[in-house]
Amino acid sequence: MSAHAVTGTLPGAMPAPAASGRGPAPVRIVVAYGFWIFLLSDIIMFSALFATYAVLSGQTAGGPSGRDLFELHRVGVQTLCLLFSSYTCGLAVLAIERRRVRAFYVSCALTFVLGATFLGLELSEFAGMIARGAGPSRSAFLSAFFSLVGLHGAHVTAGLLWMCFMVAQTAAKGPRDFVRRRLLCFSLFWHALDIIWVALMTLVYLMGAR
Amino acid sequence: MEEPVQPLSASIDQAPGVADSAASGSIATYTAGLAFALLLTAASFIVAQTHLLWAPGIPAGLAVLAIAQMGVHLVFFLHIGTGADNTNNVLALAFGVLVVTLVVSGSLWIMANLNANMLPPSVIMEMQR
Repeated sequence: MSAHAVTGTLPGAMPAPAASGRGPAPVRIVVAYGFWIFLLSDIIMFSALFATYAVLSGQTAGGPSGRDLFELHRVGVQTLCLLFSSYTCGLAVLAIERRRVRAFYVSCALTFVLGATFLGLELSEFAGMIARGAGPSRSAFLSAFFSLVGLHGAHVTAGLLWMCFMVAQTAAKGPRDFVRRRLLCFSLFWHALDIIWVALMTLVYLMGAR
Repeated sequence: MEEPVQPLSASIDQAPGVADSAASGSIATYTAGLAFALLLTAASFIVAQTHLLWAPGIPAGLAVLAIAQMGVHLVFFLHIGTGADNTNNVLALAFGVLVVTLVVSGSLWIMANLNANMLPPSVIMEMQR
């Protein structure tokens, strides 16, 4: 921010170039860029768990393996839920940018229902596995599975809560600048979760169920 | 050295997740992204559950499809493009990809190496007697 003050326009001179060539960027760009860097660091954290899972996926300690446990039709429905919720989340951001509040609420409601369906399916999968004696303490494979998939589920839960807050904030304050900035960050978060799910679906479920 | 002076309204850095306002119809962008993603997901499930691909090649095929789908998500949903106004976002992404690659491939390499070269724990215990 101070670059503008230091290299600011001299009287009678052309505007001096700052680091990016043209002085400080608008708040919206700075905020979204910072959040983008946070998301990349979040993805790096996930990569450590992905590596753990890849190393441990064969260590079933005589217990059930992925082939015995995973139900691909459930994973397919989960994937569809997340994909369509990403789509409706994008529509919600478009709606709020165009100040169409009603369309925004409808898109948010759809996003929430799809995200909650995903979460419900995941929780029922976990409950079913634990009921079969395949809980996280059964083997190294299952510990890695529950931490990786569970962490993604925790992110989805946080995203759903965040979206509820954002809907309440929009209702209370209207589509003002800072509300729209936060909604932009939320949509980035939600899309990034979808990217992580693609990796998860491929590595854990599709390769594990074979 | 003078940089060429551009009007202030011209392209400044673009925020990730913000569609270029000049792009026609952003809903169309999201819809195209959804269609591509659905197509690639369906392909992944088909490849995993049928013998369409040569069996030892299935993991590689699945990896290619997954990376393609991540690219679709980045371009159509997160709007990470190749424009000059997107350089910062792409550079951050490139660094993230570098770290992820190092963490995942390094862990797999080291652990496979240890697994191949270390004696089983029972033998080590035996040697310590």
